[in-house]
Amino acid sequence: MKEKTRVEDIDRSLYDFRFEEKDAFKVEEGLTPDIVRQISKEKNDPEWMTEFRLKSLEKYNEIPVPDWGPSIEGLDMNNIVTYVRPKDNKMVKDWEEVPTDIRDTFQKLGIPQAERESLAGVGAQFDSELVYHNVKDEVAAQGVIYTDLESALHGEYADMIKEHFMKLVPPTDHKFAALHGAVWSGGSFVYVPPGVSVEIPLQSYFRLNAPGAGQFEHTLIIVDEGAYLHFIEGCSAPKYNVANLHAGCVELFVGKNATLRYSTIENWSKNMYNLNTKRARVEEGGKVEWISGSFGSHVSYLYPMSVLQGEGARCEFTSVTFAGHGQNLDTGTKVVHNAPNTSSYINTRSISKDGGISTFRSAVVVNKNAKGSKSAASCESLMVDNISRSDTIPAMDIRTDDADIGHEAKIGRISDETVFYLMSRGMSEEDARALIVRGFADNVGKELPLEYAVEMNNLIGLEMKGSIG
Amino acid sequence: MSDKLLEVKGLTACVDEEEKEILHGVDLTINAGETHVIMGPNGAGKSTLGSTLMGDPRYKITGGSIEFQGEDITKLSTDKIAKMGMFLSFQNPIEVPGITLANFIKTAIENKTGERLRFWDFKKQLSETMKILNMDESYADRDLNVGFSGGEKKKAEILQLLMLKPSFAILDETDSGLDVDAVRTVSQGIEEYKKTVGGALMIITHSTRILEALDVDATHVLVDGKIVANGDASYIDEINENGFEKFLK
Repeated sequence: MKEKTRVEDIDRSLYDFRFEEKDAFKVEEGLTPDIVRQISKEKNDPEWMTEFRLKSLEKYNEIPVPDWGPSIEGLDMNNIVTYVRPKDNKMVKDWEEVPTDIRDTFQKLGIPQAERESLAGVGAQFDSELVYHNVKDEVAAQGVIYTDLESALHGEYADMIKEHFMKLVPPTDHKFAALHGAVWSGGSFVYVPPGVSVEIPLQSYFRLNAPGAGQFEHTLIIVDEGAYLHFIEGCSAPKYNVANLHAGCVELFVGKNATLRYSTIENWSKNMYNLNTKRARVEEGGKVEWISGSFGSHVSYLYPMSVLQGEGARCEFTSVTFAGHGQNLDTGTKVVHNAPNTSSYINTRSISKDGGISTFRSAVVVNKNAKGSKSAASCESLMVDNISRSDTIPAMDIRTDDADIGHEAKIGRISDETVFYLMSRGMSEEDARALIVRGFADNVGKELPLEYAVEMNNLIGLEMKGSIG
Repeated sequence: MSDKLLEVKGLTACVDEEEKEILHGVDLTINAGETHVIMGPNGAGKSTLGSTLMGDPRYKITGGSIEFQGEDITKLSTDKIAKMGMFLSFQNPIEVPGITLANFIKTAIENKTGERLRFWDFKKQLSETMKILNMDESYADRDLNVGFSGGEKKKAEILQLLMLKPSFAILDETDSGLDVDAVRTVSQGIEEYKKTVGGALMIITHSTRILEALDVDATHVLVDGKIVANGDASYIDEINENGFEKFLK
């Protein structure tokens, strides 16, 4: 190549605004039983939940830090504030009642506008608590429940929560699941009754504003027999010089012949440790579709898992991960085929540039009882320059002969010939490279609702800006 | 009518990474509206010459100069050369997911003119041009070259040629790998370009089928990175009969 390409850091001004929150209530930094009790009291937990939290804390102290992924040495739990309640916090159903500066934040992120135009319901979390939650009347009239988890713990659905909460992701699963169990706060509960199809998506948006804080929201979604839901999750935070931590948990229960599409565009700032756990259980004939875009954070560990529990259950996992300067994004997925004739389809793209590291891990388990199951995986990586890294680590554990398993991995660079081809039609080098990257991420782009696809393309455009031609 | 369009003097070039020289001093002059044919054995540097004229960063120009429309473009980047009115039809057009053929052409025209096209005007012109090339209109909305057959890829190149209307086009083995019908269609497209745009052509080819309907002004024989013979259209038949032997020493 005649000219080297230098790619600058993303202009994050859109996400980096923040405001001082002197009036917010915070617990002390670090983690002790007293702090956990204090959080539990603040949140008015039922007794079982307080117990659950304290037991989780014990597990947290017992389980070692993972030793196989990107380093999380920069994360010192003694410096993380686990609970920050926004000032004047109460959850409301009208944006006008949300405190002005918090409302401004969500307005800049375009949430109220998206709600008006294309969503059936919105939940907005600021630091540890939800500040806004609303669902359109016609969706509520179908019997759809979309609320914060705290209210659900005390209301009509209390038993349902108790029955499902951290059953898919038990606190014993790994250190940060245990941490989540101890200090979780905020998040959403969705219940879609049998046969109900929610035609337009619901969205929760998680915003972490406080420096040095952690966000531990819990999302619990139950889609009952034959129902359909598209749920969208968005996340962002302004950049601080201290480490922030996100250890959320998502549990999805997909009933018989039900379909749940779960879309995420994650754009945490680059001081964030994103140690998130997501899991779905799919019953007979049901389907879970994960659409996942990971753009932000300093370090990510993210491997949404699907347990195909009933005969004919299906899972589709479509993701794109973009690791830029200073980012080490370890993402992937796990599928457990635990019933006959189940199928999984994994289609992922990872992009690394400017020294970023992007690792894709997949694990496909086909149990002995999962006869006639199929799994196909296609994982592609693109390195934008010579200093970036990309790895693909597939694992398979197949315990029956009667299964059809395929895995295909490709690692490549932006081809000079393609850049030349596009430039030979008058396109600048920068535009040509951005186009190639956008095209590469098209697997996810095609699956997102239009406005999110546009947002994702803008993110890629911003990331690629400054490629000097 | 010697209105000089392209003047190449003593051009030497090597593959950027290997430093192996491929062009060893090429001299070539093409006037506006003329049709030139470049012939030569495999590996002579014909495609390299085409790509180097277009500013391909994979080749490094180590000596000589290229003047296009009176301007020195030896060091100009590909996109700027394209905007001046040079076009290269690729021997192996690249598949680019993420942009449709129609959007790609529209963007290219807008890049060149600096003006936004009215959508319906563009649509109309595109579908008329696709008709000339016997292209199914559904290709317009497919990702650029993705999953196109060899023939459709070449037609898509000629479609771009007709839509972009460059003053100078290099056709690199546009006829290779095509069946008889596709060659005829592509030839019709090239004739249409001569008729409506009247631009100059530099045709790199192994065969004569694509040249039958064209008035060739000059033929150049490229051997081992150098033009070893220049002649008129009659050269083509002679080479077809006797091969390149007499040029190889």
